[in-house]
Amino acid sequence: MNKEIIKNGSQMVCESLIKENVEHIFGIPGGAILPLYQVLPEYPQLNHILVRHEQGAAHAADAYARATGKAGVAFATSGPGTTNLVTGIATAQMDSVPLVCITGQVGRPVIGTDAFQETDITGITLPITKHNYLVMETKDIGNIIKEAFHIATTGRPGPVLVDIPKDILQEDGLFEYPKDINIPGYKPNTSVNLKQIKKASALIKESNRPVILAGQGIKISNAYDELLELAEKCEIPVINTLLGLSSFPANHYLYAGWPGMHGMAYSNLILDQADLIVAIGMRFDDRITGNPEKFATSSKKIHIDIDASEVGKIIQVDVPIVANAKTALKELVPAVSDKKHSDWLSQIDRIKNDHPSLKLRDTQKLLPQYIISKLHEITKGESIIVTGVGQHQMWAAQYYTFNDKNKIITSGGAGAMGYEVPGALGAQVGRPNEMVWSIAGDGGFMMTMSELATIAENKLPVKIAIMNNGFLGMVRQWQELFYDKSYVSTSYNGIPDFVKLAEAFGIMAMRVTDKTQVQSAITDAINHDGPVLIDFIVESEENVYPMIPSGATVEDMMEEPTSQEIK
Amino acid sequence: MTIHNSKIETRTVTALVNDKPGVLNRITSMLRRRGYNIQSLAVGHSEVDDLSRLTVIVEGGDDIVEKVTKQLHKLIDVIKVNDISDDNIVSRELALMKVKSTPETRSEIVQLVSIYRAKIIDVSSKSIIIEATGDDQKIKALQDLLSNFGISEVMRTGIIAMNREKN
Repeated sequence: MNKEIIKNGSQMVCESLIKENVEHIFGIPGGAILPLYQVLPEYPQLNHILVRHEQGAAHAADAYARATGKAGVAFATSGPGTTNLVTGIATAQMDSVPLVCITGQVGRPVIGTDAFQETDITGITLPITKHNYLVMETKDIGNIIKEAFHIATTGRPGPVLVDIPKDILQEDGLFEYPKDINIPGYKPNTSVNLKQIKKASALIKESNRPVILAGQGIKISNAYDELLELAEKCEIPVINTLLGLSSFPANHYLYAGWPGMHGMAYSNLILDQADLIVAIGMRFDDRITGNPEKFATSSKKIHIDIDASEVGKIIQVDVPIVANAKTALKELVPAVSDKKHSDWLSQIDRIKNDHPSLKLRDTQKLLPQYIISKLHEITKGESIIVTGVGQHQMWAAQYYTFNDKNKIITSGGAGAMGYEVPGALGAQVGRPNEMVWSIAGDGGFMMTMSELATIAENKLPVKIAIMNNGFLGMVRQWQELFYDKSYVSTSYNGIPDFVKLAEAFGIMAMRVTDKTQVQSAITDAINHDGPVLIDFIVESEENVYPMIPSGATVEDMMEEPTSQEIK
Repeated sequence: MTIHNSKIETRTVTALVNDKPGVLNRITSMLRRRGYNIQSLAVGHSEVDDLSRLTVIVEGGDDIVEKVTKQLHKLIDVIKVNDISDDNIVSRELALMKVKSTPETRSEIVQLVSIYRAKIIDVSSKSIIIEATGDDQKIKALQDLLSNFGISEVMRTGIIAMNREKN
């Protein structure tokens, strides 16, 4: 075949990545992957971003994927390079993010001998990848990389790892990128069972108190318009999951918040009082259901998800629809008839009135809730918000309301602290023309703050707002509420001066200790053409409310702080 | 067929999987991390090159087996999964048992072996190796009887199962 040309394994990898329209790669070189790095200058189309820790590479590639809808790509070398990716891979797996990790492995002749920097990364990542490969023949590179991207980005997306021994990266061979691939064991459903659509539309017709519970599947399948159509056509209120935030405009009259452990009280109550839940592209996470036996027991359930194994996993459903959210909604919208639910909507208004979650407290103290509301106001809700995990994450989700598509990037299922800085880096690379705000916790920030160097080096204009309360705040909150205020190992003493620290990286920084400084600090940060860090010294023992304790029910919900707490 | 084995309900699942290194590991890893208990797992070449067929006996009822089959199906290297518990199936297992024997007990053992249509495949002065095939109940029953003579070693392949052709 004249199309086949001789390349070495490393060149084959790069050619394959270009065929997959890869533009940016996050990674760090090392011994085993070095041959691949050494050919990168031959491929200027591939922009490699040198991160400071492989966890940063995985999180950045993950956030890039969430921001763009394209697969994120991370490189790492064998041994510790690959094990450092693990947290990021697990994060992508839990949140269905298309991530392709290319890792260097020791040469084939020494695999299995405990060679220097050898770890069995395909074994280690087996339970946290959608699929993984150990390439054992140079001729397989093209096929495997094509399969990897196909598997990562189709069906329910997820991370795929391709481990390539060093001698394969160096070996010459004939290369032709395959046009088609056939994976007999992987055929994601591309159609919809119309009988099920009929059953679903009948349930929607019968229902007097329906609610849509929309998850990340809306964003992944780009079903924003179809969701809006369904909601408006049948006048069904929409509740989002945490990862589904930003899939339905929060300023729409049918929007009804987000539920769960720290969701709005009214969202939980609406779910509880509904007679039909149309769950789309979500998986009934325990942070939403609490005790699944007592979750929304008065309602029938329609569950649309591309992953058959999610249907019936936690909650028994009446009408399962295994399909891509967009494909299913495209069939469902014309199958339902127009409907009005004025009684139900007035009931919802009453619930919202009686349970006004997220009221800002009138205080001179510097509260994170206030900062985030202010940030929303000043940025007109148009920024991309990337968070870490914990209290600040919940406040960001609560107080930065999302009217536009795909504006929040957060580690949901894995709950990986340290996501905030590399995540913001990846999101900014993916969406260079939008403002990215990293809402960070002081604990998570310190886990991956080395990526400040990457942000500074690449002049990425990321704005970082640390909600610095000197605690592992969410853990402290649990200790306060469930362990009699015994603050074991949650108080950080010896926090570095984050302002000086950022300046040491060449990043403009400010400290805010007073409510009156918030507006000007945020404005200054926006006006600065480059990265900025703001160290907000916030009220140290503020709690996130509402709260439903782990495994409990809507009846156990604590809606507001007690007056004792506020004093 | 639902086998009631010491009061634990089990289901029989067969799967067609890629015959590649690490595939069995992917399957057992999934079963382990999701907390599914299995009573046996047998795997071997199928009628198609590069594909193996495996039989898993899963502990649990319909709800569990549904989850197991869906999770198995999700693995890229698993091509086809069938819960054949309710079908008309034949299932077999092969067992080797080393039984202590003396000149006095040998003939009684030989009789039992013949009743159970098992085979004697090795005889030494102190022991006999017996090969038995059948379903789980038959093998257990034979093992119970032979245990009176003293069994020094038992090895079982795990159950394999197949649908009967519909007429």
